[in-house]
Amino acid sequence: MNIVACVKQVPDTEAQIRVKPDGSGIDETGIKWVMNAYDEYGVEEALRLKEKHGGDVTIVSLGPARSLEAIRTALAMGADKGIHICDPALDGADAYVTASALAAAIKGIPFDVIFCGQRAVDDDAGQVGAMLAELLGIPQVTVVTKLEVNGASIRATKPVEGAQLLIESPLPCVITAQKGLNEPRYASLPGIMKAKKKPVDVKNAQALGVSAEAKLKVLKFVPPPARPPGKIISGDDAVAKASQLVGLLRQEAKVI
Amino acid sequence: MAQGVWIVAEQRDGALRKISCELAGAARKLADQLGTEVSAVLLGSGIEGIAGELGKYGVDKIYVADNAALEPYTTDAHAAAVFKVVKENDPAILLFGASAQGKDLSARLAGRLATGLATDCTEVKIADGKMVAVRPIYAGKCFIEVVSLANPQMASLRPNVFPATETAKAGTIVKFDPGLDAAQLKTKVVEVQKDTSGRADLTEASIIVSGGRGMQGPEGYKILEELADLLNATVGASRAAVDAGWRPLADQVGQTGKVVSPNLYIACGISGAIQHLAGMSSSKYIVAVNKDSEAPIFTKADFGIVDDLFKVVPELTKECRKLLG
Ligand SMILES: Cc1cc2nc3c(=O)[nH]c(=O)nc-3n(C[C@H](O)[C@H](O)[C@H](O)COP(=O)(O)OP(=O)(O)OC[C@H]3O[C@@H](n4cnc5c(N)ncnc54)[C@H](O)[C@@H]3O)c2cc1C
Ligand SMILES: Nc1ncnc2c1ncn2[C@@H]1O[C@H](COP(=O)(O)O)[C@@H](O)[C@H]1O
Repeated sequence: MNIVACVKQVPDTEAQIRVKPDGSGIDETGIKWVMNAYDEYGVEEALRLKEKHGGDVTIVSLGPARSLEAIRTALAMGADKGIHICDPALDGADAYVTASALAAAIKGIPFDVIFCGQRAVDDDAGQVGAMLAELLGIPQVTVVTKLEVNGASIRATKPVEGAQLLIESPLPCVITAQKGLNEPRYASLPGIMKAKKKPVDVKNAQALGVSAEAKLKVLKFVPPPARPPGKIISGDDAVAKASQLVGLLRQEAKVI
Repeated sequence: MAQGVWIVAEQRDGALRKISCELAGAARKLADQLGTEVSAVLLGSGIEGIAGELGKYGVDKIYVADNAALEPYTTDAHAAAVFKVVKENDPAILLFGASAQGKDLSARLAGRLATGLATDCTEVKIADGKMVAVRPIYAGKCFIEVVSLANPQMASLRPNVFPATETAKAGTIVKFDPGLDAAQLKTKVVEVQKDTSGRADLTEASIIVSGGRGMQGPEGYKILEELADLLNATVGASRAAVDAGWRPLADQVGQTGKVVSPNLYIACGISGAIQHLAGMSSSKYIVAVNKDSEAPIFTKADFGIVDDLFKVVPELTKECRKLLG
């Protein structure tokens, strides 16, 4: 099986996000960069499919030079090779441009199944997987918590509000990974050593023939609205405090 | 020229979903500012009866495709139908719910229409004749204002944020042929397993009672369930509780779980790690019950009680029972 896993490098979820004073972006100083948490599930599932069905796993990432670390992490987990789409013209690419570049890179290699994360925890767009599927003209199953591959088709479990769906799709298709799909492995020390020698192909926008013209423009970044200081209900008596809280929720907040 | 504000309505089992009415409310406001009409697309099988309901929420025209292949929802069939009707009518703005279905469909369509889509917006407004969408990123650690540079300008709206308002108007129903080509319908739903809890999904709940490691085990949640029953609330959890296996995955609130904005979020025995706060700090009111007065959750709480939750929560339930019966 030819398996592709898309990986985005994002700020660690521990990171405090500070908006630059002019609202043009976030201040990246001191940020630790890691593989997007949902992409870890995608890479893990790719490796498990390879272990079961044979084949190889290609990691594709678009991002600045530092993104190579995220590719290496996936290679250290066991993936075979990488494609790094690296071009200053693509810095801050929106979902459409990103999906176009990923599609162009993936078109150049054989693929049976493509994994993405269900969303990237930086932009929280949750779009690239579906757009990639569209641009490649193949089906998608998004937000998947369980996957079974049987020959030329897959069955995937997808939670929606109030139900779990079991969806069947032919291959090739795009699967976007949700927590629950598996428990991602850690890279072993020998894995890390081997990863250094695995091939990573670097491509720019021109080589891929993609336009960097954005469809979505960010006007400004703003910090979240400040919350007014809260009220601590004090006293020793839990009963009295509970009663006071219910009063406040009823009369002041009017939410119950 | 692209014109009109459109929504893609959602129905489930022949009933309009609440998000559809919220979309209509948001669309009406945008359309009034632009001096244009609101149209809705409604897809499914045996749904013509509910199409008229959308009119009550401010929709002028309802495009209905009633076709067995549109039920249950699949990306392939719905994307084809919406694409066709959008191409024929060229709307300026196209809104979806940021629900499981709306997110899946909107992203596929944004790819097909080669346009900009703003996901999970908490505000939409008009500036210089275009829609400016406001949305949280980093699960709410920061917000951005975005504008689509192509038409239709697409956005998905977060459930529970936009008010639905009833008007006296009745919309016009326009039937259309979704023009489905069986060869393009590649995926199918082979099984639907319904959740029998009877509670709203976290993303759609107006009250959430959430518990963390302080609940001490799965049995601890019984007192939260009791409170939730009274308040008609949904029970949530921190990742610590989910990873310990005390609660199902679907219950996790936070940056790598569900990002929620209920009217009321009651956090019990949750410390308030940055990833948790990110996922719930856009709630309208936040209550924290925690025995540690230094817990970071108190920095976001509107009302806090520093005490043992096993003493406080049952008392809250008693007080609520007095009030709500
Ligand atoms: C990549 C990554 C992603 C993550 N994503 C998420 C996410 O999406 N959501 C999330 O929640 N976390 C997430 N986390 C985990 C997060 O960092 C915290 O570990 C987690 O939120 C802690 O859960 P908690 O508050 O329940 O537990 P703790 O931090 O252990 O807090 C328990 C609290 O309960 C209080 N307590 C204990 N007993 C009582 C009692 N009897 N009465 C009252 N109070 C009591 C304690 O004072 C304490 O404050 C993520 C972590 C990582 C690394
Ligand atoms: N720059 C990128 N490089 C590689 N994969 C990406 C990139 N951006 C997004 N993706 C993939 O698409 C998923 C969803 O991203 P998003 O639509 O940005 O939330 C991510 O989890 C990745 O798998």
